[in-house]
Amino acid sequence: MQYSSQSVAKPYFIAAIGLFVGQILFGLIMGLQYVIGDFLFPLIPFNVARMVHTNLLIVWLLFGFMGASYFLVPEESEKELHSPLLAKILFWVFLVAGVLTILGYLLVPYAQLAEMTGNSILPTMGREFLEQPTIIKIGIVIVILGFIYNIGMTILQGRKTVINLVLLTGLVGLAVFFLFAFYNPSNLVLDKYYWWWVVHLWVEGVWELILASILAFVLIKVTGVDREFVEKWLYVIIAMALITGIIGTGHHYYWIGTPEYWQWWGSIFSAMEPIPFFIMTIFAFSAINRRRREHPNKAAVLWALGTAVTAFLGAGVWGFLHTLAPINYYTHGTQITAAHGHLAFYGAYVMVVLTIISYAMPLLRGRAAANSNKAQVVEMWSFWLMTVSMIFITLFLTAAGILHVYLMRMSENPLPFMAMQEKVVLFYWMREIAGVVFLIGLIAYIASFFVGGEEEAPTA
Amino acid sequence: MSEVFTKSMARNIYYGGSVFFFLLFLALTFDTTSALPDRDHRENITPQVVLGKTVWEDNNCIGCHTLLGEGAYFAPELGNVYKRFGNSKEAIKGFIKSRPVNGIPGRRSMPQFNLTEEELDAIAEFLKWTSEINTGNWPPNIQG
Repeated sequence: MQYSSQSVAKPYFIAAIGLFVGQILFGLIMGLQYVIGDFLFPLIPFNVARMVHTNLLIVWLLFGFMGASYFLVPEESEKELHSPLLAKILFWVFLVAGVLTILGYLLVPYAQLAEMTGNSILPTMGREFLEQPTIIKIGIVIVILGFIYNIGMTILQGRKTVINLVLLTGLVGLAVFFLFAFYNPSNLVLDKYYWWWVVHLWVEGVWELILASILAFVLIKVTGVDREFVEKWLYVIIAMALITGIIGTGHHYYWIGTPEYWQWWGSIFSAMEPIPFFIMTIFAFSAINRRRREHPNKAAVLWALGTAVTAFLGAGVWGFLHTLAPINYYTHGTQITAAHGHLAFYGAYVMVVLTIISYAMPLLRGRAAANSNKAQVVEMWSFWLMTVSMIFITLFLTAAGILHVYLMRMSENPLPFMAMQEKVVLFYWMREIAGVVFLIGLIAYIASFFVGGEEEAPTA
Repeated sequence: MSEVFTKSMARNIYYGGSVFFFLLFLALTFDTTSALPDRDHRENITPQVVLGKTVWEDNNCIGCHTLLGEGAYFAPELGNVYKRFGNSKEAIKGFIKSRPVNGIPGRRSMPQFNLTEEELDAIAEFLKWTSEINTGNWPPNIQG
């Protein structure tokens, strides 16, 4: 660690991992509700478990992005963070707001939560992923603005690298597009149209800038490759991400009441959305091939390569599978979307946060470069357990989705929804078993932080 | 990708490309906005439909159901439920009202939301209006 203020990243990373555990536990609850319909009913209905699962994901990834920024921006800017105190205050504000939101979901019926928090004054609740009470959404905006101010001032007063500026652009984009969460017209079609400006323009737009810059930072650190080389690739990746991804929003505008021409715009541009992820994979491998040193943190190298490959599979390949309008006509609203969502979020965003944690945490804990070999072996086991089980979750959900299409939409005698669900129950059981393996992987991941042994010496 | 393709070329493609395609996106949004009234039949959005959307949101229906294919995949699609239930608002209301408080042993069940008669009418009107949106002929059949 080169700057003492980088240490504010540590609590962010710890909170991220803690909330990650909660997310997985609620994922397992939902998975069980798919096969044992009355599990925990009416104590935790499916919709509540799902809100907790998805909202925890968003919150912990934001903790991860913030931690990553606090760690890498001082180092890139070659100066201390503008205000470590502000970073510490915002950490507690964000954590308390996040925990209160989750408790609100679990302890009060949702309609009552909406009433208690004055949703009728500015109704924003009850839309997928944006279920947070309006007052919490306002809190999120304040935290993110304070965070961007802190990061922005540091960059402004320090060295401006391409990694810094791309990261900052991504974070500002994140804040700007979140503002559409406050627009909730009573016309459902308009509501859905702009809802995607938060959801799609985040995960298939500005978040890719954050992803690419974090990955580029770690690759420079672990390979020692030339910065010019990394910066050129970084520009190519984010150029392709935005060129394909912005109009690619159109793949959500096929069947929600928007004009038919979106079927052309959406199909053509989103068919190209795998390109930036493919380039990212080539970039990661060529950076490793050109490495000028053998970094002792082998686990971090594995996470970095894993991010590029799994993001390409999950976001690129699994996205392409159902993105063309004539195919999407049959697959829209099935588990194929859930399959894609799982592998894309895991491969792109979960893994990049775990990459920066893997690289940064040993330094934040006062090690010279890396954890002991023993600890790294456990961490690499967790990498494989989580990654392989997530691929199986994706495959089982894809199978369930294909059967959904066949039994309900293509067969001579289309089945009703619940009759179809009973026929695919085997795949839901398999998905749940894969989910348990994922949890074992996550436990191994956490255990790796507590494995001792002699730390690896840094190499020149 | 050696010296032929330089960093500044990559940077220019990034700036130029993202600005151009964002402007194109705004232009398409503008066109969509003017085309929508014929497709969403907004003249039929009565105060009751507006209340229905509020009831829909305040009870987090999207947490289990899909609506026009978006949402959760735990329970049936509701964009066309009005038509699936034989163009009957009463059938929709009856279904919501009759959910057992403690669920159905071993099976998925919709929670009992204890909606008022006014809220039940509103949600049914909202689902009726939704079923009349021009969705490019989606879903493929009545099962949703």
